[in-house]
Amino acid sequence: MTSLPGTTGRKLGLVIDLDTCVGCHACATACKSWNGSGMSGPLSDINPHSAGIEGVWFNRVHSYEAGEGEGSRTVHVPRSCLHCETPDCVTVCPTGASYKRAEDGIVLIDHDICIGCQLCAWACPYGAREFDEPEGVMKKCTLCVDRIYNQAMPAAERVPACVSACPTRARHFGDLGDPESEVSRLVAERGGVALAPELGYAPVNRYLPPRDPRRFDAAPAKDPAPLPSQIQNPLLRWLDRVLSR
Amino acid sequence: MKPAASIVVFTTLSGAGYGLLFWLAVLRPAGLVPQSAWFGVPVLLLALALVTAGLLSSLLHLGRPERAWRALSQWRSSWLSREGVAAVATFPPAILFGLAMLAGRDGLALVFGLLAAAGAAATVWCTGMIYASLKPVREWHLPLVAPGYLVFGAFTGAALLVPPSALAGRGAGVALLAAVLAAVALAVKRAFWAAADAAPAPAGLASLTGLGRFGTVRPLDPPNAGTAYLMREMGFRIARAHAARLRRIVVLGGFLAPALLLAAAAAVPGAWAALPALPAAAAALGGMLVERWLFFAEATHTVAAYYRG
Repeated sequence: MTSLPGTTGRKLGLVIDLDTCVGCHACATACKSWNGSGMSGPLSDINPHSAGIEGVWFNRVHSYEAGEGEGSRTVHVPRSCLHCETPDCVTVCPTGASYKRAEDGIVLIDHDICIGCQLCAWACPYGAREFDEPEGVMKKCTLCVDRIYNQAMPAAERVPACVSACPTRARHFGDLGDPESEVSRLVAERGGVALAPELGYAPVNRYLPPRDPRRFDAAPAKDPAPLPSQIQNPLLRWLDRVLSR
Repeated sequence: MKPAASIVVFTTLSGAGYGLLFWLAVLRPAGLVPQSAWFGVPVLLLALALVTAGLLSSLLHLGRPERAWRALSQWRSSWLSREGVAAVATFPPAILFGLAMLAGRDGLALVFGLLAAAGAAATVWCTGMIYASLKPVREWHLPLVAPGYLVFGAFTGAALLVPPSALAGRGAGVALLAAVLAAVALAVKRAFWAAADAAPAPAGLASLTGLGRFGTVRPLDPPNAGTAYLMREMGFRIARAHAARLRRIVVLGGFLAPALLLAAAAAVPGAWAALPALPAAAAALGGMLVERWLFFAEATHTVAAYYRG
């Protein structure tokens, strides 16, 4: 049924730290790699080896400039399904292929039922759903539902592929419905935000805003001391080493 | 939004077909069109042919058209599903309407005709609500969208009913009705354009990225070097450059020209009324195709902001 569950037991989702994200796209490629061969696979590519290449991705990393002058910064924003609590992408689905799981809130597509009408992509303001043209069905982030409950994997790896791939640990996975969970505490501590909450879809994922660089001492360093290797006189080099202890 | 030919053709043809079915069923008992089955049944078949052609065209938009029957299941939540259910449910009373006309049973024809007319109106309303319910599209999530679909279907359907009625020598009443509907449709379209142009974006890049607190947000690097489904589907921008000219074409060719021709058809006696009525119907349908193409091409989706700011 494309009617939404009243409440979900847990609210599994991602917390993405925009302060530490370096925009390396490792999350996006790890996602493409895992999901291209898992339950969502293939994630078709069109013209993969020639001009006009494009394909299905669940996770796309945008880079933005925010603010002006000294207060401005470059911020990388990975964009993927936010697993909203009241998503229109589910309710507009005419076939029942789109659904939100009552037990953990994950929004999924049954690819065996989807007719590829693409109305869900129109209904999602965040661009979380993409049409897999060769397959004729819609595809979207599954929160790696085939990893996080996978008893065949070591417990430490039972997180979404994007989370385990992130080299700066900017991505966190957990239950955002539990105020005591690690991710919920992180959101509270860092003032995590939902994207465009005014649209009313109640996204579950949170983004931790970049820290303000002006909070740190940004004054230019005073005339820096020479490195030991830069001191030519052996006596002075020895003195420098003794005095530096 | 990308104006997919399959959907432009579908909504235009099925809108006109349902409009034709509606007016045949409503105007026949009122005595404004010829009563004989020789008139009613071919007109009904034309209406059903337009509707069916439109519905088949809509299947071309699906990635998996062979699964289309599944779309009838989620009428509790989905306007697209409701549209499918209403479209399918309109066929039986429409066919019985035709059979009753053939059998000369006017009472049954009235009942089934009105049932089919209600189904036709419900189907077109659902079509409009599919678009009106989409919050991320600034130009669609407006109160005039669904009524607009109803009025445009009523206008094109009435315009199509004029030539056969005129040939049968009873075109004046229908022509007058169609001319009035052209004026109403034009007023609705102009009000819609004013509302769509003034509508605020549902969410800007500042809010969509959560970075608004730092000031204005500008795209620096896109996530992909080439293109992507979202950019093709939600980032359509060809129409903007020609929007003003295309709107004039819709106003002049799709509404004003048919209105004048239909008024002329109402004034010309007998079968000669078909001479202005035929180009009027053609202009109404052609103008509606441009109107529908613009409805998609001019619509903007929040996702485009992620790519373009």
